[in-house]
Amino acid sequence: MTSRRTALKWTAGLAAASLLPGAALRAAEPLKVGFVYVGPVGEAGWTFAHDLGRRALEAAFPGQVKTTFIESVPEGADAERVIRNLAQDGHRVIFTTSFGYMDATLKVARQYPKVVFQHATGFKTAANMGTYDVRTYEGAYLAGVLAGKTSKSGNLGVVGSHPIPEVIRNINAFTIGARSVNPKASTRVIWVNSWFDPGKERQAALTLIAQGADVLMQNTDSPAVLQAAQEKGVFAFGWDSDMTSFGPKAQLAASEIDWSVWYKKVVGEVLAGKFEPKQQVWYGLKEGAIDLGHLAASLPEDAKKLLAERRKGVLDGSRPVFQGPLRDQAGKEVVAAGQALADKDKLAMNYYVEGVQGTVPGGK
Amino acid sequence: MLRLEARPQASRLMTWLSPLLAAVLTLAAGGVLFALLGKDPAEGLRLFLIAPLKDLYGLSELLLKATPLMLCATGLAIGFRANIWNIGAEGQFMLGAVGATGIALWAGESESALVLPGMLLGGALAGAAWAAIPAWLKTRFNANEILVSLMLVYVAQLLVSWLVFGPWKDPQGFNFPQTVMFADAALLPVLVDGTRLHLGLLFALAALVAAYVFMYRSHAGFRMRVAGEAPDAARYAGFSARRTIWTGLLCGGAAAGLAGMAEVAGPMGQLTDKLSLGYGFAAIIVAFVGRLHPLGIFLASLLMALLYIGGEQVQQYMNLPNSIALVFQGLLLFFLLGADVFIRYRLRFGSEAAGA
Repeated sequence: MTSRRTALKWTAGLAAASLLPGAALRAAEPLKVGFVYVGPVGEAGWTFAHDLGRRALEAAFPGQVKTTFIESVPEGADAERVIRNLAQDGHRVIFTTSFGYMDATLKVARQYPKVVFQHATGFKTAANMGTYDVRTYEGAYLAGVLAGKTSKSGNLGVVGSHPIPEVIRNINAFTIGARSVNPKASTRVIWVNSWFDPGKERQAALTLIAQGADVLMQNTDSPAVLQAAQEKGVFAFGWDSDMTSFGPKAQLAASEIDWSVWYKKVVGEVLAGKFEPKQQVWYGLKEGAIDLGHLAASLPEDAKKLLAERRKGVLDGSRPVFQGPLRDQAGKEVVAAGQALADKDKLAMNYYVEGVQGTVPGGK
Repeated sequence: MLRLEARPQASRLMTWLSPLLAAVLTLAAGGVLFALLGKDPAEGLRLFLIAPLKDLYGLSELLLKATPLMLCATGLAIGFRANIWNIGAEGQFMLGAVGATGIALWAGESESALVLPGMLLGGALAGAAWAAIPAWLKTRFNANEILVSLMLVYVAQLLVSWLVFGPWKDPQGFNFPQTVMFADAALLPVLVDGTRLHLGLLFALAALVAAYVFMYRSHAGFRMRVAGEAPDAARYAGFSARRTIWTGLLCGGAAAGLAGMAEVAGPMGQLTDKLSLGYGFAAIIVAFVGRLHPLGIFLASLLMALLYIGGEQVQQYMNLPNSIALVFQGLLLFFLLGADVFIRYRLRFGSEAAGA
């Protein structure tokens, strides 16, 4: 008897559950917003920065927004199921926060035309799907300025994740920043072929230090590079978020992303019923989505002053990061004097600029 | 006093009860885990094990996730039965994906019905070829196949990276590491409309049946089993150890290669460097939980797939970390190994004399 009653209750529960997406539309219900993360939230880095954005979003719309996040979702066939489950469960806005979710997001977006999809760092859009990204290269450039100012040997090192345009762009911007202070500075790169692999990141950092690098930057998600710098008495940066606690002596500054600028705008406009999903947004210093913060107390005044000047130059457009004359590694001019690189060329960047050593993996 | 006493012969009953016991203990420990995390254990287990199956889509996703596990584990079990320890199904899986992708890219926009069979063959052969390396090194130089097959996983990963960052990169893809999306003729047909469940499931089921026939109804399979259970007898009977090694590794490689093909021609529709989700390694657990028997592997791969998907569910609804799925997998293997003791031993109370 009991078991049958349970079964009946179950059926009723399922029937109610299937009505939920409709119910979520009522004004009294908070707007459900879903986030798909590529790594664990942790205490620093890419996914952590997205989670800070998520928390700021909830705080900005108390009672109006309810967020859900799923972490460590692999960028492969599994992502589609996770994204679809969020849409099926009544989430009206879904942020997928890594490049590898692009095609999965697009497929689910086609199945759920009423849901708004926002994919970070990709390039495919649909009527209900847009992309958003942050000009991390502006942070990398400012970090480069400090690196050029701080480095005694002029040997800089970067631990890279995957040789995709975004990361190559950051390495180039870092090098341009450094060479704007010290024209002899040069950058070595070690690729770890992973976004998050503290063991490999640390090994790469130690190798760069052994080769004479005295300021490091990383385009990976863990604080391992900063920790290695701290141990060996050289300098490094926080990446995507502040990492002071992992290397208080080593961190010169942190290139910090504030995803909440875009998250709040999207959700605010969705709540007001006027959001246009099909956009390709690339926010930077100007919008307050990236900045070099948490400057080390040990930085000399002239370094801080120089940094403030360069920051202003990027902000008011008087000194863009990729301004001519700019030459690639082979000495070929890629930007003529008086010109600046267009966004579409930044997005497809697959060459190193002058001052970076080695070759781009898979490049020509 | 509690003590273990050796059974006169291995218990057939316990051989099959042990995985069930392990599953029950995993559930119990999982419940305790939920309680310790401050969540309702009943709700947690319901989300983990029942909620993923609430509708047709959920079921289809379970079968989709189980397909590569089933294929890899089936092939591995043939070798494991003969004490051939192929740990590199993950690499053979990737090579299978590479072989199939090679054919798909070569065929381009061709609408020929031969594209898919070609990819199937290409995937299986590439997987088998990757497994042939440890087989050759083992038979020629007596190199340990565990180490060789494992190390080749990393080589395979780098090969995939090189291909998608280099010669196979989508020219329209902004230099991102992925190939073009395959043409329709290079995609496996979907079995149930509105889901992602594809023809690969039928490959997996066919492989299970073929493995059963091979292991239990053929002389070659008999030789493999004897080689595993009584190596001396196999040698005395003049069964070729060399042939056993080759068969074990090639079967494992071909099945894993087929799984890799089904992944790129199925849910992915392209090759990327994010191809590998550890199916080749998880399949080792599946093969053992399934007692190296096709029927057992079928059930174990469903259970394993459920643990993966359940992990996503508890994250979505209970806000628990993703690692919980891995904890469940670990618990399952741990309890299985523990319960397996009772296949050869039994529990006795009292001293040895009293027990006799």
